[in-house]
Amino acid sequence: MSTPTPPAENAIASRTIALATRGLSKAFGSLPVARNIEINLPVGARYALIGPNGAGKTTLINLMTGMLAPNAGQIMLGGKDITELGPQERVRRGLARTFQINTLFAGLNALEAVTLAVAERRGLAGQFWRGLGSHGEAIDEAYEILRKLRLGESCYQVTRELPYGRQRLLEIALALATGPKVLLLDEPAAGVPQEESGEVFEAVASLSDDLTLLFIEHDMHVVFRFASHIIVLVGGAIFTQGSPAEIAADPGVREVYLGKRKHG
Amino acid sequence: MPPAVAALAPQAYLQAQSRWHPLEIAFWLSTLLPFFLFPNYLSLTSQIAITALFALSLDLILGYAGIVSLGHAAFFGIGAYSAGLISKFGWGEPLTGLVLASAAAGLVGFAVSFVISRFRHFTLIMITLGLGLLAFEAANRAHWLTGGSDGLQGISMRPVLGLFKFDLYGYVAYIYSLAALFVIFLGVRRLINSPFGLALRGIRENWIRMPAIGADSRAHIRKAYTIAATIAGLAGALLAQTTENVSLESISFQRSADVLVMLVLGGAGRLYGGLVGATIIMIAPDQFSGIAPQYWYFWMGMLLVTVVMVLPNGILGGLSEFYARWRRK
Repeated sequence: MSTPTPPAENAIASRTIALATRGLSKAFGSLPVARNIEINLPVGARYALIGPNGAGKTTLINLMTGMLAPNAGQIMLGGKDITELGPQERVRRGLARTFQINTLFAGLNALEAVTLAVAERRGLAGQFWRGLGSHGEAIDEAYEILRKLRLGESCYQVTRELPYGRQRLLEIALALATGPKVLLLDEPAAGVPQEESGEVFEAVASLSDDLTLLFIEHDMHVVFRFASHIIVLVGGAIFTQGSPAEIAADPGVREVYLGKRKHG
Repeated sequence: MPPAVAALAPQAYLQAQSRWHPLEIAFWLSTLLPFFLFPNYLSLTSQIAITALFALSLDLILGYAGIVSLGHAAFFGIGAYSAGLISKFGWGEPLTGLVLASAAAGLVGFAVSFVISRFRHFTLIMITLGLGLLAFEAANRAHWLTGGSDGLQGISMRPVLGLFKFDLYGYVAYIYSLAALFVIFLGVRRLINSPFGLALRGIRENWIRMPAIGADSRAHIRKAYTIAATIAGLAGALLAQTTENVSLESISFQRSADVLVMLVLGGAGRLYGGLVGATIIMIAPDQFSGIAPQYWYFWMGMLLVTVVMVLPNGILGGLSEFYARWRRK
């Protein structure tokens, strides 16, 4: 994985902040779903994004990755404004995501799917005159990603026949194959039985330290265990943020989660 | 998955995916049988080869990339009329005519691909249907150029390679069409097994995920569509050259619909589906009309409904499923 090589003038900012949003706002009609969001994700951070259902967590990821266009505000990746770029261009610059609901290539096996993502990153996917089997380096890289996520043994199995938990890991493998600097994980263990969700997060925790992570998760045990910093989103706005200890001690957060406070 | 395959290393596994199956070799050898078994039907087998090539071009976009088209005959027709006109205006050499005519279809396909690559599903069905009808009406109206409903007359081809004159029995026509089909098939087969072929399957399997892995699906679709249009044009040019005649039928909605039926019947996304489907649909009318000449569309309809209901993935899809089950036992 290559390290970012930013121009000199914003070297400091980009080396410390991997992804930032400035006054990011979005409304669906009259319903605001993101209100003036300011986030700074330091390089190598493990941030959790929490909040009640409908708080706008997935919307925020959609805005960051370009799947939704904001009404106002900016998104900066490594100090560069990427607000105007399309989703695939952001991926190519190192901003990858996974989906809360499996968004996989059902008819491809895991090896083919990850090899495809690697081929796209390496600029090979437009080549039609050379056999896929002759691209040994790309295939080996794909297999290495799968092996690290313990998918090596089931990599020849068609995606739709993979057990659900493995499909969740394949979501992460596909994102990793794009060679991201920042990875946004939308409930990586969604739908996985609680006793197995630890396995998914162990895989997440074992990812390279250079990789900047932001993950959405509902299970507070998992959040407190894996996050270095927590952002609480309520009604499309940042309610509060801080270290796990600060968030755990915050009476306001408890109220939000117990549903006493009216919001959004 | 048989254990022997599962034990392969990743690269060896992907290489094995593109290896020639003995059945494929048997298939291509069997295309030579008509010379010995049905020497009186070589005109028909030549048309089967041409239609198979046309179906192969549709398979590339529909079967692999999931880009549906109800107007694919537009490119077939452009190829056919171009080849006919090139000959009519004095250039009767077949091979260069073939290249020029398919390039013409490819150029139009490239232009259209900028529209096609922006849409999916139902919208795309309507757009391709509309474009197909436009192409038909243009050919119909340009009577001075195309001959309209009278057909394009006055095509005269020189011998292939300066040696083989197109004969009455269709001997040269079948060799010529079959050779073109085989060469293009090799190219398409290579394409399908390339990284680009994998990207097309990715588009078919999950259009939404592609941008999230950094893929420019529209660029992929434009490329695939241009290639498919070129091949469809080549098929049309072959028909014009071997029959020395181009009718409006070659650019009609009926032809677009027929090729879709052939592909679905044979099995889309299987490379051989269009070839098998074209063979069945071209031969079946002959057989069914022998039973009850006035009702052959009835039998065609029955065949189509039955196959699609019993074998949703076409004949080849059904056979491969049957084979997989049989191996598991």
